[in-house]
Amino acid sequence: MGFFIAQILTGLANASALFMVASGLSLIFGVTRIVNFAHGSFYMLGAYVGYSFMQVLPGAWGFWTSILLAGLVVGVIGIIVEMLVLRPVYKAPELFQLVATFGVILVIQDLALLVWGADDVLGPRAPGLKGIIRIMGEPVPKYDLALIALTPFVAFALWWLITKTRMGILVRAATQDREMVGALGVNQAWLFTGVFFLGCALAGLGGAVQLPKGGADLLMDFNILSAIFVVVVIGGMGSLPGAYVAAVLISVLNVFGVNYLPQSTLALMFVVMVVVLIFRPFGLFGREEVAGEHGQVGEPERPIKPAGQTARMIVLAGLGALAVLPLLGDSFTLVLLTDIAIFCLFAASLHFLLGLGGLVSFGHAAYFGGGAYAAALLVTYAGTPMELALILAPLAAGLTAIIFGWVCLRLTGVYFAMLTLAFAQLLWSLVFQWGDLTGGDDGLVDIWPSEWASGTTTFYYLAMVLCIGGIIMLRHTAHSPFGYALRAARDSQRQAEATGINTKHVQWVAFGFAGAMAGIAGGLFVFSKGSIFPNELEIARSFDALIVVFLGGVKTLAGGVVGGAALEGAKDYITRFEYWRLLLGLLIIFVVIVAPDGIAGTLRKWAESIGLMKREDQA
Amino acid sequence: MSAVLEVQGLSKAFGAIQALDDVSFDLQKGELLALIGPNGAGKSTCFNMLMGQLKMSSGTVKLNGKSLAGLKPRQIWRKGVGRTFQITGTYASMTVIENVQMALISHHRKIYSFLVRAHLMYRDAAMELLALVGMQDQSERHCAVLAYGDLKRLELAIALAHDPMLLLMDEPTAGMAPKERIALMELTAQIVERRGVSVLFTEHDMDVVFAHAHRVMVLNRGQLIANGSVEDIREDARVREVYLGGGTLFNHDGESANA
Repeated sequence: MGFFIAQILTGLANASALFMVASGLSLIFGVTRIVNFAHGSFYMLGAYVGYSFMQVLPGAWGFWTSILLAGLVVGVIGIIVEMLVLRPVYKAPELFQLVATFGVILVIQDLALLVWGADDVLGPRAPGLKGIIRIMGEPVPKYDLALIALTPFVAFALWWLITKTRMGILVRAATQDREMVGALGVNQAWLFTGVFFLGCALAGLGGAVQLPKGGADLLMDFNILSAIFVVVVIGGMGSLPGAYVAAVLISVLNVFGVNYLPQSTLALMFVVMVVVLIFRPFGLFGREEVAGEHGQVGEPERPIKPAGQTARMIVLAGLGALAVLPLLGDSFTLVLLTDIAIFCLFAASLHFLLGLGGLVSFGHAAYFGGGAYAAALLVTYAGTPMELALILAPLAAGLTAIIFGWVCLRLTGVYFAMLTLAFAQLLWSLVFQWGDLTGGDDGLVDIWPSEWASGTTTFYYLAMVLCIGGIIMLRHTAHSPFGYALRAARDSQRQAEATGINTKHVQWVAFGFAGAMAGIAGGLFVFSKGSIFPNELEIARSFDALIVVFLGGVKTLAGGVVGGAALEGAKDYITRFEYWRLLLGLLIIFVVIVAPDGIAGTLRKWAESIGLMKREDQA
Repeated sequence: MSAVLEVQGLSKAFGAIQALDDVSFDLQKGELLALIGPNGAGKSTCFNMLMGQLKMSSGTVKLNGKSLAGLKPRQIWRKGVGRTFQITGTYASMTVIENVQMALISHHRKIYSFLVRAHLMYRDAAMELLALVGMQDQSERHCAVLAYGDLKRLELAIALAHDPMLLLMDEPTAGMAPKERIALMELTAQIVERRGVSVLFTEHDMDVVFAHAHRVMVLNRGQLIANGSVEDIREDARVREVYLGGGTLFNHDGESANA
């Protein structure tokens, strides 16, 4: 009994920071409709900033002041980010906002590295709360009890702010109908900024308050991200009570998981989320999203056309060059080109979902890494030959995509994006924690191609045939009736449904197909590297693909491939810099704001403006 | 003549509000039937239930004697019901002809084909439909740059793609210039005549209704208060009351003047 109570108390204490961070995310989303993917970064900043203050401010007084100051400082950083990065993209499509906040993640990551260094920071213990208390014989840290006591105050303060103040009234009104609030003369820009301050300050508080328990490190931004997504999805976007209930639920579950199911603690919260979503698609306390609110914004996509004569000639010439390259180039070039081709297929498969289907998947690494792990596991445990493994990898990845897609497609828009990300994290956590099977962090090694394909040149040809074949297949599908139906479902789901198209089913099939294509890329990746590690399943991997598609151009059919080639090529160069993330992050933010059509799209517009390409008619 | 559509005791309640109360009517083959009524009378509710977008509280809807209860919009469409929306819903990223081709592809159940090129499929049939609504000259234009009236005509072509026996048009002329309104309804009347399709449409513009409808039904506060020929409706005292005053629309004592 004592053990049971102690466990629950630990869970409640863990819920404290989680609630603060999640409620901040929820508030920001409720008012601005932006899912702040950088929210984990503000949490991380809170921890670091709090740590720095604690180094200077002494005693119990200094400890708690540091936490408050951390919240304040992070809130102010939030204001800066909101004004510089988000203000220009409020009217842009969701994807732009999500990508912009991802740019912020990269920038903050490197800035934190710059300021605090790469080593983990051990959080100072709270003065006066260092010991433990025995409750029914079980030890409970005093600081845990302090956190449990603190949470109601934070919750109460938020409740008071939301229900009793003028700002709260505006926030609630904006959550329901922000256009109306704007029409009534409220300065929306400042309301958004204010809410962003509050939300980020909460994330900062959460980061600082957990210092004595968890310290600070450079991975905590991504590590908490999936947990807060799960919390807001379970609790319901924009609902504060929901955030609290879900935070407690997840934290308590986690604590018990550690004791009874140590292999699957991370997976547990995703299972709970799936169960909740099946019965309550908008979370425990969420309201159904009003349809039409997230309609397509910005310039509509143009009709797609089969490649013209010139384009075909260029592609043929390019293929010819790739074919004769092994005669001229060194093996370094061949390996680099193999990497690029694999990455292009991965990016093209995401572009298929994103560009044609309007399905913003934030967890596409699950299928790339999934295919890779499927191949690696088959080789390691069943001695499967490469040829068979390369066939089974896309099947496994496709099957995974079909299972995950079934749940994710129950929701749309940002909810869909968050769910896909959460599922990718689920797979990652399974692979990471199930060390006996997957090797955990040490990965799986010694996975080499069959004898005949083991030469650099032969493998280069094999990769080219499969990757280019896959890309052509994706492109061909875009022109097929299925590709048209996918676009129809994106353009006007109502019209598509009213003319006999089962849009959810079409999207589901597309999800599985794109997953399988990513699986081919993953399978090839394993054999080209000879090993696989969990980081191929990480959020960062998913974002790689997303950014490539975005930089290449979402609205251009070639976007995925162009972006993949450009970025993977550039990466070889850019990663030589110590602070390449900062550079890449700034580049992303720059592209979002200045050239939202991406490389391919911008090139096309440029070609049109100087008369190289025919302009489309303007009525 | 046989009834294409039979509606019996159709009702819908949103909480305590009776949006549609025991409405019954039928629609004959080749008939152009108008459903009119002031704002909030229940026209859209009625339409959305017929098309499966909204679940009915009670009542039966039969198409050629077969019940449509519980079917989804896409299933109802497969049974031969076409629909146009008050606010057009076309595929903005496609050309005009591709919009029609998409509906034809769906009709021929070729959505899950991967090997053929969609823009080559059913081109002739699509051109014929476009010619029917007078859009053949604009077939290769990008849908996103069309004028609103042209979008409406395109939507009509899409709705006719599976050769429906019944066409439901929700305020087909809303948002159009007076000249375009007349043209569109003349077109619709021609199609009814040529193809033998039955049409049920809602409309606010009385000129359009009285000029083209074969029969008119009037809804007020969820109840059908009149159902008859254009001449009958013009003379109907209750309809006049609803449209020209008498205060029944705006009384605040909660009692319906028509109850």
